[in-house]
Amino acid sequence: MSLLEVKDLRTSFFTDAGEVKAVNGISFFLDHGKVLGIVGESGSGKSVTAYSIMQILAGTGKIVGGSIKFDGKELVGASEKEMKAIRGNRISIIFQDPMTSLNPTYTIGSQLIEAIVLHTDRNKKQAYDRAVEMLKLVNVNEPEKRMKQYPFEFSGGMRQRVMIAMALACEPDILIADEPTTALDVTIQAQILELMSSLQKKLGMAIIMITHDLGVVAQMCDEVIVMYAGSICEQGTADEIFYNPKHEYTKGLMRSIPTTATAGKKLQPIAGTPIDLLNMPKGCPFAPRCDAAMKICINQCAYPLDINENHRAACWMNVKDGIADGTIATGEEEEQ
Amino acid sequence: MAKKKIPFNIQIDVDSFLPASSEEKEYMVQMRPSSTFFRDGVKRLLKNKVATVSLIIIIIITLSSIILPSVWPYSYERQLGVSLGKPVDASYNNLRPFEYGETEKAKIEAGEKVFPHIFGTDAQGRDYFIRIVYGTRISLAVGFFASIIVLIIGMLVGSISGYIGGKVDLVIMRIVDIIYSLPDMLMVILLASVLKQTLGSAIEGTALEKIGSNIISLFIVFGLLYWVSMSRLIRGQILSLREQEYVLAAKSTGAKSGWIIKKHLIPNCISVIIISTALQIPNAIFTESYLSFLGLGVNAPMPSLGSLASDALNGINSYSYRLIIPAIVISLIVLSLNLFGDGLRDAFDPKLNG
Amino acid sequence: MSEEKNTPLVEVSHLKEYFDINVGLFRTKPLKAVDDVSFSIKKGETLGLVGESGCGKTTVGRTILHLYKPTAGKIVYDGREIVSKDDIAMLHTKAAMVFQDPYSSLNPRMTVSDIIGEPLDVHGMCKTKEERRDRILELMSHVGLNSEHASRYAHEFSGGQRQRIGIARSLAVNPEFIVCDEPVSALDVSIQAQVINMFDELQDKLGLTYLFIAHDLLVVRHISDRIAVMYLGKMVELAEANEIYDHPLHPYSKALMSAVPLPDPQVARANQRIPLTGDIPSPLNAPSGCPFRTRCPYATEACAESMPEFKEVSSGHFVACHRTEEIN
Repeated sequence: MSLLEVKDLRTSFFTDAGEVKAVNGISFFLDHGKVLGIVGESGSGKSVTAYSIMQILAGTGKIVGGSIKFDGKELVGASEKEMKAIRGNRISIIFQDPMTSLNPTYTIGSQLIEAIVLHTDRNKKQAYDRAVEMLKLVNVNEPEKRMKQYPFEFSGGMRQRVMIAMALACEPDILIADEPTTALDVTIQAQILELMSSLQKKLGMAIIMITHDLGVVAQMCDEVIVMYAGSICEQGTADEIFYNPKHEYTKGLMRSIPTTATAGKKLQPIAGTPIDLLNMPKGCPFAPRCDAAMKICINQCAYPLDINENHRAACWMNVKDGIADGTIATGEEEEQ
Repeated sequence: MAKKKIPFNIQIDVDSFLPASSEEKEYMVQMRPSSTFFRDGVKRLLKNKVATVSLIIIIIITLSSIILPSVWPYSYERQLGVSLGKPVDASYNNLRPFEYGETEKAKIEAGEKVFPHIFGTDAQGRDYFIRIVYGTRISLAVGFFASIIVLIIGMLVGSISGYIGGKVDLVIMRIVDIIYSLPDMLMVILLASVLKQTLGSAIEGTALEKIGSNIISLFIVFGLLYWVSMSRLIRGQILSLREQEYVLAAKSTGAKSGWIIKKHLIPNCISVIIISTALQIPNAIFTESYLSFLGLGVNAPMPSLGSLASDALNGINSYSYRLIIPAIVISLIVLSLNLFGDGLRDAFDPKLNG
Repeated sequence: MSEEKNTPLVEVSHLKEYFDINVGLFRTKPLKAVDDVSFSIKKGETLGLVGESGCGKTTVGRTILHLYKPTAGKIVYDGREIVSKDDIAMLHTKAAMVFQDPYSSLNPRMTVSDIIGEPLDVHGMCKTKEERRDRILELMSHVGLNSEHASRYAHEFSGGQRQRIGIARSLAVNPEFIVCDEPVSALDVSIQAQVINMFDELQDKLGLTYLFIAHDLLVVRHISDRIAVMYLGKMVELAEANEIYDHPLHPYSKALMSAVPLPDPQVARANQRIPLTGDIPSPLNAPSGCPFRTRCPYATEACAESMPEFKEVSSGHFVACHRTEEIN
């Protein structure tokens, strides 16, 4: 049994302008100790997925369908009391902007201690020791001195380390990192990613890494999910996704990023603009921008097809290729 | 090699794998209908029921205060029992709502139509309803014009201070701080009483006499004291707008300060200005009301809601409604304007918009 | 013809830009955003400028366009030193800027047509309304916008389209030189490619020269001919784009290049990252001598005493390091 099983999750935001279907039926698994990357652009629904798991959706957001099973326990519909026991304790989250995730009016120490006392049986003194231990773990130098300082006295990279320390203080099973390094400089990003890697190996927790940066995914993740406009385009191991993309969106993304090979040549961008989530079309959400779109794509969303045991993609192109080379049976042959 | 089966028994038509045309793709997506910031805001405002109801109340009150005095059979100053040469007919005085005095009852029996006194009459035989209506008109007008004065002065000072910055800003803001720290009710009363003495003589014989020295002194008081919050607001807006990238972009094309203020800064302040003014009006009305209540407001016989309330103090036991009615009207106006101003802010405040 | 290409269009010499920051009631401290930077840009080339927070690259771009008055140093445009008001006015008709944030660089109260036409209005370039309209439509077609977009407002468009509007605005005065200040950083990955291609096309079509400021090293490599690396107000290396990536000489450049996460799992896993300890110091408290010495694995005492000279160590390759020969 996987640590986290998400089946057909649907989350919508009910706004003045209408229902925004942020997540539109996604399913995936996360095993113990694995690093899963969720890649997508703005509007893809990757952050909303994470917030749905943690049940920290903003006011107008609601899970409208599907199931999320954590360690066998169903989270959709769980009471607030049950969620409180899980949040910060067994599933933790760190956010993109460490400047706004920390309360500027409390010292780092008091915020760390608060998190620890809330979720474990430690008293204040034990929590203090644990907090210092955590700061050492995330390579913050002079931890005792730092405990008394305020967030504004820290740099961006330091603050993100403190966030990681807070998130890991209770030794969660899953750490969700929502664009943790997007706001950081490249060299600081390298440090933080290095830190997360080593902590993951040391503590054995699973990580869900949400990002739009394919480089970060390539470096950190064992498995990858590519999302677009609330649906999963394809999912599989990192090698499969990068070297053998089977969805037109992923292929387009790989072609459009500048690499060492593209210097001096034209990039191949994906045409058009991201979809308006209030105005979702009937068929595949990517079809309006897809060079290879077929008539069936306009009318119907593709279902997820297994490419191999490590890779699944929801693209009609694979069905077309499958029929052409005989690996997919079209119902008619069975009737004969 | 086992063939994979397509689940759900989807009927796959081979034709459907032909490439889609660009028209078909374009048809899938359409741009949302164009809408300006203003239209969006109005839509949002109308969805806010409280604000919409408040707006309707304000419109009704304002329209009645403008129209009614012209069509009403009674006038605000006419003491109904008094006619030249005849002794005072006291039967018109102190009538209760919808009550008729002796003389009026006689007229009705004689077949004349007598318009009822909806709120009765006051101690001088004046129809109270129309006095309330006229008083509302005065209160609204004073509130409105005082707010305009505050707006103009505040906007000038605030934008100069915000845009120029440096020493000028420093000096102006210290003046603002000083004015802020003065106890405004006390200052208002002091200024009003002093001006009452001096202005009264100054404007005798001029056109301003009709408005009354008290109201003019009220405007002066507002002009001197109440512009500070508007100026701080505008200054704050200008300070933050100054740093916007589109201002920098305009500078990079060589635009001068005047162009930038006119084209970029002021238009983006307008929603703030409107909201702030909308919230300033009830403030002004309330100030005028309590000044009139204290006798420092409008000159008799011109009524204002505050002076009517003040006059009603005398008969508070027997004619309590004479105090309650103007109090309710003031409260209604101030409440509606405040709620509407809040609604405006919620609908138009750029910070709350996506 | 080739001689024309070799004379620099923009020449920056010993540029310094210090800002006074209030650190006490009446005391101010200079923030050395740009501290003695010299470089030149040839006509038709793209010079990429990279660095992390506090390095001063944005300040360099803005100072070249005289949005900030230089504290010291010389800016020479097409042979003419920019000093007087006339010089600056001339500069505004020849150079323009594209900004980073497509959401705040367009006035929300103006229509697309007014936004793009603003430089035309400021300089009085179009005599009649028709002329102005035609010019605006021409600019819009350069960047791939429809004429029906002209009367809409900026907030109705996506980030990528807004950036196109910003680019069209920068082309209004028919500039020769454009400073691009992180123009694609705020855009989605799939849109970045569209806008980068557009920059390339416009450069070919209109013969533009770019100063391309960015922090995304892969993007900068793609579009630039030469690249300059800055750190805490100083320029530490300048060379051909491929040279900087394949053979960086300065320790900071080396660390920077190795820190970039490459979108290729096998390469990424095998990549030996050069770890840098500590955080980037604040520009208010820049270390003495070479500013990178606090994080440099090769730092010696000499590095604290004096700032290394920015000198040419091989053809077209400039480095500011005391220990270049020893390290490489």
